Amino acid sequence: MLLRGRVWKFGANVDTDAIIPARYLNTSEPQALARHCMEDLDPGFAQKVRPGDIIVAGANFGCGSSREHAPVAIKAAGIACVIASSFARIFFRNAINIGLPILICPEAAQAIAQGDEVEVDLVSGSIRDLTSGVSFQAQRYPEFMLRIIEAGGLVEKVRKDLSARGAIG
Amino acid sequence: MPMTLAEKILAAHCGRQEVAAGEFVEADVDLVLANDITAPLAIKEFRRIGVPAVFNRERIALVCDHFTPNKDIASAIQCQEVRRFAREQGIVHFYDVGRVGIEHALLPEQGLVLPGDLVVGADSHTCTYGALGAFATGMGSTDIAVAMATGKVWLLVPESALFRFEGQLRRWVTGKDLILHIIGDIGVDGALYQAMEFTGGTVAQLSMDSRFTMANMAIEAGAKAGLFAPDERTREYVVPRARRPYRLLESDPGARYVQVKEYRAEDIPLLVARPHLPSNVAPAQSLSEIPIDQVVIGSCTNGRLEDLRVAAQLLRGRKVHPYVRCIVIPATQAIYLQAVREGLVDIFVEAGAAVSTPTCGPCLGGHMGVLAPGERAVSTTNRNFVGRMGDRTSEVYLAGPAVAAASAVLGRIATPEELC
Repeated sequence: MLLRGRVWKFGANVDTDAIIPARYLNTSEPQALARHCMEDLDPGFAQKVRPGDIIVAGANFGCGSSREHAPVAIKAAGIACVIASSFARIFFRNAINIGLPILICPEAAQAIAQGDEVEVDLVSGSIRDLTSGVSFQAQRYPEFMLRIIEAGGLVEKVRKDLSARGAIG
Repeated sequence: MPMTLAEKILAAHCGRQEVAAGEFVEADVDLVLANDITAPLAIKEFRRIGVPAVFNRERIALVCDHFTPNKDIASAIQCQEVRRFAREQGIVHFYDVGRVGIEHALLPEQGLVLPGDLVVGADSHTCTYGALGAFATGMGSTDIAVAMATGKVWLLVPESALFRFEGQLRRWVTGKDLILHIIGDIGVDGALYQAMEFTGGTVAQLSMDSRFTMANMAIEAGAKAGLFAPDERTREYVVPRARRPYRLLESDPGARYVQVKEYRAEDIPLLVARPHLPSNVAPAQSLSEIPIDQVVIGSCTNGRLEDLRVAAQLLRGRKVHPYVRCIVIPATQAIYLQAVREGLVDIFVEAGAAVSTPTCGPCLGGHMGVLAPGERAVSTTNRNFVGRMGDRTSEVYLAGPAVAAASAVLGRIATPEELC
């Protein structure tokens, strides 16, 4: 699957309070969360972002809370994919589980600049910065995680497994 | 092959003799946790899975502790959803206002988490239970929905990292200072994906309350879990509470660690983590010029009896500075009641502090002490990210209860020595 979008660049340790401040967690409705995405780091981000845009960030993206509202807010804001040097582990699981594409690629995270036009192939993990003309290769997912991604998320995978065992109709 | 404590617990929960770091396993959980912020989303995903009932109604804890007593209609609706689900499913361990405590203080206190357990919770500070020698880790709502439905989770067996403390602690220094010292040393991703294990002669002398504080903040170094091997002190805590069997496990000699850090307790002063990362650590003494507006003493990190006793010792016969709001939040009803019985609450109220029913409220800028633009707090909580406790221009300085109480009196970041 090929994505193409404009880049929003962030630094290291973007925490879940920055992605979606806790004061808005009295709802889990995706569009309501999206309106406040990245608000404390970049006020107005949610208004500026266009569907299909891409976030590129440094190490430990999504550190802090377990709130699944964080990847939900990013996805609902229209972000097509997050590329980072590394991800905090709970955010990583949450993104995979809810179907927000994420890629680990320290080289791309460093080289790609704010506003660049980037093309991402989610299947091969190849990343092309169309503005600079430089290409990168993201880390491959382990086989186990690919099965969750291919199923379309964790709930879908579990439904498939349970159906196969006759546990649900 | 020698195994770490984390590997042993995970092996025991997937019916294997051995597991090794780097393997993916599917494991049976002993307890599944969610709160009033994360449960509504988990319930929604649970419905999508399509099973009629939870895997075991005695092995799920639903704790309405974050925005309670409800701060607004939206948060009241979230609690209503959790309450209805709990009643529909016959969830045994559902905690509502009047009985609720902050989840990570409450569940161990109630004997719901035991040594050797595998616990998953839709809250990042679930790692707190590692203080008991359990493998406990935070996950998102979808993972928790699957665990509620199936009693199982998938896990990548983590590498382990060892943190050894030897020597005598300085006066007033507690578990909070030790964990801040580690995070200051290795950084907020210094133990990313790893199981941190705390050990050494100093650790053996630490109270359970201090151990809970340390395990609680393992996530602040990016860790998946923070563990202590159970010892006599653990047994004393667990024996009167346990209502089911448990396993006292420890790492094998020769077990593999990806990093080993050794610290001397004598070298560690009272510490403060400055804005806006828990790794931004400095000696409290070096920050004495910084005026403050609010102090919070509480949370899943430092709302236990030991913390309240330290704070009371310093606030006894003194007054909170006229420019400071001091908010004290006992973490559970049992802690609250004991604080009343010991006269700690008298001391807080006479000093001019507000004492609240248990809630996570101010720690995450929810309610009960939200900061205005430019305001500065000293807080015994666990995170000082931008906007964590209120406006994005407000600041949070993380500290233990001794620095928090001394700062409340002097109206600036202070150490107990400045009072005594």
